[in-house]
Amino acid sequence: MTSQLNHLPSAKEVGTYDPQTLESNFSDLHPPLTQRQAMIESQRCLYCFDAPCVEACPSDIDIPSFIRQISENNINGAAQTILEANILGGSCARVCPTEILCERSCVRNHDAECQPVLIGLLQRHATDNMQFDSHPFKRAASTGRHIAVVGAGPAGLSCAHRLAMLGHQVTIFEAEQKPGGLNEYGIARYKMTDDFARKEVEFLLEIGGIDIQYAQRLGDNLTLDTLRHRYDSVFLGLGLGASRALGLTGEDAPGLMPAVDYIKTLRQADDLGSLAVAKRCIVIGAGNTAIDMATQMARLGASEVTLVYRRGVEAMSATDHEQEIAKANGVRMVTWAQPDDILLDAQGRVAGMRFAKTADQAGRLTTTGETFEITADAIFTAIGQGFENASLSDATAAELARDGERIHVDEMFQTSLPNVYAGGDCVKPGQDLTVQAVQHGKLAAHAIHQALAAKQEAA
Amino acid sequence: MNTTFSTPLSFPGKKNSGDSVVNGVDLSVNFAGIKAPNPFWLASAPPTDKAYNVVRAYEAGWGGVVWKTLGEEPPAVNVSSRYSAHYGKNREVIGFNNIELITDRSLAINLKEITQVKKDWPDRALIVSIMVPCNEEAWAYILPLVEATGADGIELNLGCPHGMPERGMGAAVGQNPDLIEKVTYWCKKHYSKPVIVKLTPNITDIRVGAQAALRGGADAVSLINTINSITSIDLDNMVAKPTVGHQSTHGGYCGSAVKPIAMNMVAEIARDPATPTLPISGIGGISTWRDAAEFIALGSGSVQVCTAAMLNGFRIVEEMKDGLSRWMAEKGYASIEAFSRKAIPQTTDWKYLDINFKTIAKIDQDLCIECGRCYIACEDTSHQSIAKLTEQDGARRYEVIEEECVGCNLCQITCPVENCITMVPQETGKPFLAWDNDPRNPFRVAS
Repeated sequence: MTSQLNHLPSAKEVGTYDPQTLESNFSDLHPPLTQRQAMIESQRCLYCFDAPCVEACPSDIDIPSFIRQISENNINGAAQTILEANILGGSCARVCPTEILCERSCVRNHDAECQPVLIGLLQRHATDNMQFDSHPFKRAASTGRHIAVVGAGPAGLSCAHRLAMLGHQVTIFEAEQKPGGLNEYGIARYKMTDDFARKEVEFLLEIGGIDIQYAQRLGDNLTLDTLRHRYDSVFLGLGLGASRALGLTGEDAPGLMPAVDYIKTLRQADDLGSLAVAKRCIVIGAGNTAIDMATQMARLGASEVTLVYRRGVEAMSATDHEQEIAKANGVRMVTWAQPDDILLDAQGRVAGMRFAKTADQAGRLTTTGETFEITADAIFTAIGQGFENASLSDATAAELARDGERIHVDEMFQTSLPNVYAGGDCVKPGQDLTVQAVQHGKLAAHAIHQALAAKQEAA
Repeated sequence: MNTTFSTPLSFPGKKNSGDSVVNGVDLSVNFAGIKAPNPFWLASAPPTDKAYNVVRAYEAGWGGVVWKTLGEEPPAVNVSSRYSAHYGKNREVIGFNNIELITDRSLAINLKEITQVKKDWPDRALIVSIMVPCNEEAWAYILPLVEATGADGIELNLGCPHGMPERGMGAAVGQNPDLIEKVTYWCKKHYSKPVIVKLTPNITDIRVGAQAALRGGADAVSLINTINSITSIDLDNMVAKPTVGHQSTHGGYCGSAVKPIAMNMVAEIARDPATPTLPISGIGGISTWRDAAEFIALGSGSVQVCTAAMLNGFRIVEEMKDGLSRWMAEKGYASIEAFSRKAIPQTTDWKYLDINFKTIAKIDQDLCIECGRCYIACEDTSHQSIAKLTEQDGARRYEVIEEECVGCNLCQITCPVENCITMVPQETGKPFLAWDNDPRNPFRVAS
């Protein structure tokens, strides 16, 4: 996966390598609350009526209720409150940008103390410490229906779990060798420690009625047409696997690669020391992937990491909190500059990049004519993701109505094709958040269930 | 120097000294003839069990001490595991109970220590708590021994709710007005200094006990003793706390949680026409200077503290003296006497309240944090007097529906922001009217 960086040294060979330090560089970014801290923090919740935090939560978790359960030392109750709204509540507690969601709307921000309740960490406390003798959700009587879910990422898993709960049989088709989607392959390693993504899926599957088939890729060894004929309904929870290209010459030069591909390797690495490290590197982009890439490269031992964005800081899609993490790790942020030329050395490998300075001219981004160069051994692109071309190319999939590149769905997550639903990153552009994908999957499951029930009544 | 009986170190003006003048205010009291440099006394309890603790308390600046209850020989025997707490959610102790008995040290040792401590600390009040069986001989025997110590007075422990009543002492006496009167009478007969009768709250009407004490010749009463209680149950082992082996028993409850109960009982006695001038030493959950000021305003001439000291150590008297004296200076009260009983004229029976008075809630929209707590409290459990509105920008807005508001204060109580909701008295144009005189009252009395 990182063959593009084969000429670079490994983390072992960079700087003063110490395996323990390297491991600890990728341990929990925000350590969990202790029992005592959780009790104190839970007391700060005002148990608001019609709470603004719930309104802000894309997955409708009853936040005041689960926090009150924590305060009453009812951890299993708190966990169940979270999980019945969001079965991936454990990973959302780790990866949600709470600073722009629930915690931003906490009324404690308006209070004299100007500090929200630490909702994300409390959610993690509940989901980390729950201890159920058996899976907390029970399946309804079998409906005899069998539903296909494409993609074992947050949207697909959430949909599958809810469908199983409603009494349906589910088969998930997953392109990779492991479930979890971005939780397994995409999120920064220090946000998902201790193999949490795998454990969470194991927990989710305990409900029963869900089987996962791996290495099943839509448009490759799987077609939407087959799925529609074989199953009562289909849910598409596709990820956006293809990275946008810069559109410059030299894009395939050794030393240049998409950030998501590097992160995927990093997430799966058993030995961090074996990873290729660029002593000086450039990350192009301004989203959370760019931040994750830059920060992780710095933590692997790179001495100079520069993140370059063509607009200003205020336009970055990475939250302030994420930007702070990057800065705290020594990442340099360069704004108002866009890639102009990939600089290569005599062997045709990446040696740096020339940037054109940009400016905002009445809302339009223009180049000023000035350029500058940054020396680097590697360039990582994080300028957006799209569908892999093949995935929606079979005759039936090609019929799907689109919203731009994404699949068009109505408010019931139904696509333009009967019995085909979709949710998560593959539908209309939103914030592309894990929590939103979970909500889509859950709501789509209910829509599928209702549609099947209505069909049964009509028959 | 003997560490147990260290002579008081006197630094004039030093914060923890026994100086009665603090922040320019005279905190000294003369309570039923017992003088003390300040009204803060330690109640008869574990903190006053022996000379070592009492000397530390005096060194810390306490104005007086009621020595833990003396009894007949042989001394009481205590169990292991004695206290239990009623916790708030942040592990702050709201209330506290104990199943300890009176002193478990010999009478001779206690008397010897009391004598020495009083000699070393002549300016501090030293009162000896006593509990012996309900016969005159027992009292006639112990009282001269206590008198010989030079202590300033005695306090009759007629309220201990556990262990001792089963032996015919403590609350067994305090719950019987005739016995209170009789024991008080014996004490006045066999002891020349002030006699304070400590009352138990485990009765129906506290005034009956105070009246009996007065009839027996008591110089003062002190209240409240602890309340019968079970603080919590260990649900795994199905046994209450404190747990002795595999069992438990009810204990005496004290701490902040009992303060409202104690204040009412103090006020009941202070405004009882049968005991109008009977000095009261207030006890019950006093933890801050403000608690003390409130007890004094309701008629206490001194206050006794135990739980707060047990939870924080003796040093709290510093903040209590400092806070009380600053507040007194600000209000222009030159002495404790100057504001004692000040709240009594305004404490009355329900039937004398002004039925025409009207107050309604007002929400300061600038301070509101939009939590909706006032709304749901009023909507679900009160008078549906708060409207939930939405501003153009989606912000929540809560407004009082003035014509529906009965002025119950619930919204103000639930509001987490201080001063956001205030209760505003309304001009009704109606005269003062007590329910006693209200035409709507079928049992009215002519005004």
